[in-house]
Amino acid sequence: MVAFFFAYFSLVSILAGALTVALRNPVHCGIALLTLLLHVAGLFFLLNAEFLAIVQIIVYVGAILVLYLFVLMLLNLKTDERYLHARYPLFLVPSVLGFAYLLALMLQSPFGGSKGDAPVPAVLQHGDTYAVGIKMFSDYLLQFEIVGVFLLGAIIGAIVLAKTPTGADAEQE
Amino acid sequence: MVPLSAYVAVSAVLFTTGVIGVLIRRNFIIVLMAVEIMLNAANLNLVAFSHYLDSMAGQIVALFVIAIAGGEAAVGLAIIIVVFRGKISTNVDEMNLLKW
Repeated sequence: MVAFFFAYFSLVSILAGALTVALRNPVHCGIALLTLLLHVAGLFFLLNAEFLAIVQIIVYVGAILVLYLFVLMLLNLKTDERYLHARYPLFLVPSVLGFAYLLALMLQSPFGGSKGDAPVPAVLQHGDTYAVGIKMFSDYLLQFEIVGVFLLGAIIGAIVLAKTPTGADAEQE
Repeated sequence: MVPLSAYVAVSAVLFTTGVIGVLIRRNFIIVLMAVEIMLNAANLNLVAFSHYLDSMAGQIVALFVIAIAGGEAAVGLAIIIVVFRGKISTNVDEMNLLKW
């Protein structure tokens, strides 16, 4: 059963990723990205990371993707006749070669390693949210605070950038 | 039981799709969407290793990646709005505001 759902989620997410890159209309690309994000959230569910799957749906789909669609709607971009970069074959070849190298590395990798301190039954006892919370607010507290400061900086930067120039600014120019 | 290498393979395919999208598309918004695909591939890898190696650290880092992606999307889209307000095309091969 898990194998079936894994096959479904992974195939659809790969297909949706390809469509995001290949479709012509930007809004269609956004919808394909939505499909990709939801199916990656499904893969997170299969990996016993239900908290992360819900965060993915709420934050990625509910906030980030809506932001993208808002900007697409505001700008009202026309679909271009030529939607690929002017010299795209030049870039396509190295990326495919890079993928081949990635595959070659993967096929000879053992994927072993020392086990951590959170085996699956221990996580399932209190749930994933509990385990993430305990770990986040003990070992990763400093990083958590740093992310908070980063988000504040990003908000201020976005507001300053997107602010409509007022009268005083226009006079300076 | 799905092996770990299957998840890593899916993640590699998604990451390559994102790289190709960043390199070949002209529209800046689609380029940002392709960056989101790459971040999702990295997240999938982190969570898969976190599950198979019995460690919580991967999921914590994946949460941070989602937060960073939010900041990146906000600033990137603000830059697009600024560029578009200056009557400049949002195609990446026509943006040369900072070149001389």
